[in-house]
Amino acid sequence: MVLEHAPATDEVIELELPARPEVVSVARLVVGAVAAVDPLFDDERAADLRLAVSEACTNAIQAQIASPDRARGRILLRCVAQRGRIELRVRDHGGGFDPDRLPRHPAVTDPARLDHEGGLGIPLIRLLADELEFVASPGGTTVVMVFGPRMPTGRVIG
Amino acid sequence: MDLRLDVSEQDGWSVLRVGGEIDVATAPRLREQLIKLVNDDQHRIVVDFEDVDFIDSTGLGVLIGARKRVRVHDGDVKLVCTEPRIVKVFEITGLDQVFQIYGSMSEAVAA
Repeated sequence: MVLEHAPATDEVIELELPARPEVVSVARLVVGAVAAVDPLFDDERAADLRLAVSEACTNAIQAQIASPDRARGRILLRCVAQRGRIELRVRDHGGGFDPDRLPRHPAVTDPARLDHEGGLGIPLIRLLADELEFVASPGGTTVVMVFGPRMPTGRVIG
Repeated sequence: MDLRLDVSEQDGWSVLRVGGEIDVATAPRLREQLIKLVNDDQHRIVVDFEDVDFIDSTGLGVLIGARKRVRVHDGDVKLVCTEPRIVKVFEITGLDQVFQIYGSMSEAVAA
């Protein structure tokens, strides 16, 4: 008899969270637990997912806080787990942004980079996720990240 | 969420021991502590990450800011970190080329 630990069908978890910095740790906990269910995702890969969702939620919360609607701010985290594949969506209502128009910072080894404390979040997600997409949603943005069991290789921030 | 900060001194270096998770919720406290050290003329700082369970780009940004502040005074920010998951975040961002990362406090303060 073969024990089947991974779900045969998609497992979907949806979580609506107030757009406050304190909830990012909750998102990490949930995503870590989702990854732990799939034996194809080891601890190191689970840590990649926790980092990526932390970055995405941080951006979503900052977008929400910057928007006029901040008092009603909510972000939505959706996890879809199949065997060997985890999709994470983080949706905000922060008014949207264009990922192609992010400020370009110098390489981290360039002394001029030290003038910029921000701007590492999305490059980090690009390194960690197999697929990354920004989808304009009503009044905001949805970040869609897809992860396989291994970190994609050969990518560098620059 | 819990972030533990403890300041001490060793061999002419200010040692900041950090414990817990460094993210957008807790990074402001780390930033304040590092700014306080610089304002107190402590420009040689070792940040001990051995009890850090998590760091993301918000935390990395705080370290970049601290390094910038001490470099004005010819100081330095060094790190002590052996946890592979934390070291990896520095490596994949290229920040292991910017910060010297040591395997122990004695190595960091001796270098």
